[in-house]
Amino acid sequence: MQIKQSIKKTIQVFKTALPIMVGMLLLINLLNVFLKDYYSTVFTGNVLLDPFIGSLLGSVSFGIPVTSYIVGGELLLEGVSLLAVTAFIMAWTTVGLAMLPLEASFLGKRFALTRNIVNFIFSLIIAVLVIYTLKVF
Amino acid sequence: MENKNGKSKKLTGGMKLLFIVLALYFIVGIFNLQLAKEAAFSFFYMLLKIIPILFIVFIVMIGADIYFTKEKTGRFVGNESGIKGWIYAIISGILISGPPYILYPLLGNLKKRGMKNSLLAALLYNRNIKIPFIPVMIYYFSLKFTIVISVYIIIFSIFNGILVSVIVEKSLTKSL
Repeated sequence: MQIKQSIKKTIQVFKTALPIMVGMLLLINLLNVFLKDYYSTVFTGNVLLDPFIGSLLGSVSFGIPVTSYIVGGELLLEGVSLLAVTAFIMAWTTVGLAMLPLEASFLGKRFALTRNIVNFIFSLIIAVLVIYTLKVF
Repeated sequence: MENKNGKSKKLTGGMKLLFIVLALYFIVGIFNLQLAKEAAFSFFYMLLKIIPILFIVFIVMIGADIYFTKEKTGRFVGNESGIKGWIYAIISGILISGPPYILYPLLGNLKKRGMKNSLLAALLYNRNIKIPFIPVMIYYFSLKFTIVISVYIIIFSIFNGILVSVIVEKSLTKSL
């Protein structure tokens, strides 16, 4: 009886989640295809501005972390600073602007919004700390 | 749209969103068919990869619904969990595979049963350490970089959990 109830409940959750998930994935793929040629062009070479741009770009992009490593590696080859690339890969994996509606519908609007804003700030802080630590050690 | 009883059925927010995005594809396709096609192929490729994971999540959610009663959730990841709760959150964040959006329904259920906001945020933050992808990170950024960033992610997941929880709870108190 308990199993039947749990299956029903889970199906209900999936019914709510699937259209949002599919919609967001479609949107993300459209954005990613559109953005991929512009990644390197948005960086300015400014030490202070580039990490911020990296975090912003990482926040609107989406995909498995390994993609961010590959894009990040290419950005490094094109001369973008490691600081900016670190901010980019941190934001890519921690900030999910595109998935915000889905996160909000299950975990609450306040939680999703706060978590993404905090993660955006942390992506910059961690990027600075990583580069500083690498220089010291 | 009408249901069996002849009453009109309202579209859910999710379905509306889906239709809007499909319309967007249609519009993009009119101006740049190649871009829309590429995006659609990339979407199907992603979807094929997540279908097996979704199936696993479905099974896990049924199991969690049966096993994680309110009382058990409270003990493991709720108010009574203490340091153990943090350890569970960090380790599960690192070990659970699959994209985070697949986990939202499962985590949403756990939250309803008493999982703390701080532990939810910490679990999600630790999902950035992906063990299968570590060799790729080492290849692109070096072993030293990988170790340093992973350590910072674990440490900051705790700050992240505390900060998110404090802000969410403060804003909730304010709105009451």
